Amino acid sequence: MAISVSMTVNGKTVSGDVEARTLLVQFLREQLQLTGTHVGCDTSQCGACVVHIDGESVKSCTVLAAQVNGTSVTTIEGLANNGTLHPMQEAFREHHGLQCGFCTPGMVMSAIDLVKTHPKPDEHTIREWLEGNICRCTGYHNIVKAIKAGAEKMSAA
Amino acid sequence: MSATGIGASVRRKEDLRFLTGRGNYTDDINRPGQTHAYILRSPHAHAKINAIDISAAQAAPGVIAIFTGKDMAADALGGLPCGWQIHSRDGSPMKEPGHPALVVDRVRHVGDQVAVVIAESLGQAKDAAELIEVDYAPLPAIAHPGKALAGAAPQVWDEAPGNLCYDWIIGDEAEVDAVLKGAHHVTRIELTNNRLIPNAMEPRAAVGEYDRSTGDYTLYTTSQNPHVIRLLMGAFVLHIPEHRLRVVAPDVGGGFGSKIYHYAEEAIVTWASAKINRPIKWTAERSESFMTDAHGRDHVTTAQLAMDKDGKFLAFKVDTIANMGAYLSTFAPCVPTYLYATLLAGVYKTPKIFANVRAVFTHTVPVDAYRGAGRPEATYLVERIVSQAAREMGLDQAELRRRNFIKREEFPYQTPVALVYDSGDPAGCLDKALKLADYAGFEARRKEAAARGKYRGIGFSTYVEACGIAPSAVVGSLGARAGLYECGQVRVHPTGSVTVFTGTHSHGQGHETTFAQLVSDKLGIPIENVDVVHGDTAKVPFGMGTYGSRSLAVGGVAIDRAMDKVIAKAKKIAAHLLEAAEADIVFENGEFSVAGTDRKKAFGEISLAAYVPHNYPITELEPGLEETAFFDPLNFSYPGGAHLCEVEIDPDTGVTEVVKFTAVDDFGRVINPMIVEGQVHGGLAQGIGQALLEACVYDEDGQLITGSFMDYTMPRADNLPNFSLDTHNVPAPDNPLGVKGCGEVGAIGSPPAVINAIIDALSPLGITAISMPATPPKVWQAIRSARPSVAAE
Ligand code: FES
Ligand code: FES
Repeated sequence: MAISVSMTVNGKTVSGDVEARTLLVQFLREQLQLTGTHVGCDTSQCGACVVHIDGESVKSCTVLAAQVNGTSVTTIEGLANNGTLHPMQEAFREHHGLQCGFCTPGMVMSAIDLVKTHPKPDEHTIREWLEGNICRCTGYHNIVKAIKAGAEKMSAA
Repeated sequence: MSATGIGASVRRKEDLRFLTGRGNYTDDINRPGQTHAYILRSPHAHAKINAIDISAAQAAPGVIAIFTGKDMAADALGGLPCGWQIHSRDGSPMKEPGHPALVVDRVRHVGDQVAVVIAESLGQAKDAAELIEVDYAPLPAIAHPGKALAGAAPQVWDEAPGNLCYDWIIGDEAEVDAVLKGAHHVTRIELTNNRLIPNAMEPRAAVGEYDRSTGDYTLYTTSQNPHVIRLLMGAFVLHIPEHRLRVVAPDVGGGFGSKIYHYAEEAIVTWASAKINRPIKWTAERSESFMTDAHGRDHVTTAQLAMDKDGKFLAFKVDTIANMGAYLSTFAPCVPTYLYATLLAGVYKTPKIFANVRAVFTHTVPVDAYRGAGRPEATYLVERIVSQAAREMGLDQAELRRRNFIKREEFPYQTPVALVYDSGDPAGCLDKALKLADYAGFEARRKEAAARGKYRGIGFSTYVEACGIAPSAVVGSLGARAGLYECGQVRVHPTGSVTVFTGTHSHGQGHETTFAQLVSDKLGIPIENVDVVHGDTAKVPFGMGTYGSRSLAVGGVAIDRAMDKVIAKAKKIAAHLLEAAEADIVFENGEFSVAGTDRKKAFGEISLAAYVPHNYPITELEPGLEETAFFDPLNFSYPGGAHLCEVEIDPDTGVTEVVKFTAVDDFGRVINPMIVEGQVHGGLAQGIGQALLEACVYDEDGQLITGSFMDYTMPRADNLPNFSLDTHNVPAPDNPLGVKGCGEVGAIGSPPAVINAIIDALSPLGITAISMPATPPKVWQAIRSARPSVAAE
């Protein structure tokens, strides 16, 4: 019953055999050992698992590995460039947008996608956009601040 | 102040790994030969198990072993222990029923552990679990604490008649009753502190591994206190001596109390890993977290506050029923007693207080400490009744509080409920908050909102809390079965870099940064040269872990004391090298010098000499530079402050929007303001969540209705405002670093501020109470009932 899949993950071509029920997040974490993408729920609500598929943010717990055959996937591990943090990662650090770090990969991936459509998001837009990302630690105050600052840096770059 | 020393908002050392996906959480750990465990759980709140048939499951593909409670019992394992014993008013000890890791013949809450299936893959374990046939005989269940004591209520335990765990009191009831009787005015209140589900974003997980060559066990677990788990699981459950058991709590994705306790799954994977001779991983699915993580709060309370004609508080009487759930979790019994009733004085000079707390068993998951633990329940009660008293007396909220505040100069202050507050300035905090919140301009804002058809209100909460737990002798006399000191070890390496080992655990608090600041500041070395290690019993000498806002107030002091010892020894080495008297050696900015001269040695030169002792006072001093200190505080830590919440309510939808939240807190002394603010933000979100959104609901039959993020409303970004924060720090004389805890105040101070704001907004309609969470349907209903004419429109 194994299905062969092949895709680009963080710029590298990868392939593997998965079960029909294997979720993308399982494929990333268990087969590729990319454990930066987290699982925080079983009802597609928390957003800890957000990755980019062909540039768009997607909850990787809601898609099967087999469904994304042939796509290009970016995870939190693929953001920094030769040791230089992505401006959004840098903004989270600068503005203390993370505490335990568990929601963080999903937050950062989601925020980057927001900036694609809203290069200069205001606070309200950011808060609404984060509807699908839950953080239990930060109270969101500094996440919102970080995303605003990160967006500005991204737009300036 | 240096850029990395005390008082600087140093960016966090831990962030880089979290931001690049290189964190190392328990579920990220995979051991060679690892298997996967799935736990079959009870779908019933209460049932007798007639039989369990595992034969079909055993034959399923990939299954390695299946164990039930009988297998654990056959190995004579102990139950999960409770760490605190409370005595009832008649002197009898609390009822303490057994808590098996896997039940034998009866389940007592939905989610109770019935069997564990271990297989090559998690999918196979789950598939096999579906083939296990459990013959249950369902029994009637009780979930609501307020109904548990009723005569006809189903019984959770034969040994706890009437479901009563303990009936505890503090204070003199007759004295308080006499004052209530003769008082000018008595304010009465009835309220519920809603049951909450902690929901740290990382679900609990555990990996157990047995090493057959040494006979040693290792447990990787999502814990706030690995040494405590080693002690509880090793000594009480599995009977493994400490030197044969290593517990590692790596990166942990939030705890909020829920990861303090020793859970069944930890014992199951550790025990079973020796049975099958392979490592075993278990990771909770979120729905399992909902039904197995210890919940928080769940009190039902009535209270009376007596005042004289000027509104001076004369006496306070409290009656509380606290839900323990089906079993006693690790710290559960102390939460509604010593962490709750001892805070009932709040920031006021109420001379007489009496409280009666009855803890009850129900067919629900155990309830234990959740961010704030007892103090939010106390603060919610005190600040609700004080606000109601002000309304009944026709006094301004600030004014009634000021008349009763303990004044700054009256600290240290002995309350009638056991605590001695070491320092504080309630009035100072409130004044600052009123300014920051522009209280003077509030009525204008209320009018402006009314013009837009919105009800606007402002709510007060002036609080103090006791944390930094705790003096071992005090908690021991109150029933704690453990000490509550902390351990710090400072290892200076030959080149002068430093590794700090702390018995506290960081799961979001940023210890790797804050503690490095302490060291950088005191030893005068660059912060990059300091590493903080925590969360591994094989590395850290000992520790009691992180909860009760104790890490800096207790653990930080232990590190500071260890540094004192390092400096004392280094001075001896310096004196030898500089050929001076030890008394003449001065240590400043990372250099040892002879007073009044320019002769000096850098910190790194001394550490090198300690490890390369060619020219060394070897007859008097051992080589090496590494010191350990244990610190046991003499008092709790007492942060306090004033929280002001402004809400706007839309009468058409019942939606409450927090439009402004102001918090002015007293933390004694702040090491890293950025991190402290972050802690306050997070606490406020949880407190506002409790007030407006979060409710754990069991139905009459003990079924958990709110078992997922779809039913249990977590605070989202668009539910919360930007917070307006400031501090009003009064140094803590009873703490050697002058610091007070900061991790829980947000969750403690904020719920009454929010609810008082809603009541204030709706008071023109005659509404005097609303319960938590104040959801839109509840608020809408309250408005409709108060304005029948509108309802008819
Ligand atoms: S794991 Fe929660 S949304 Fe994907
Ligand atoms: S930082 Fe812990 S959940 Fe967001």
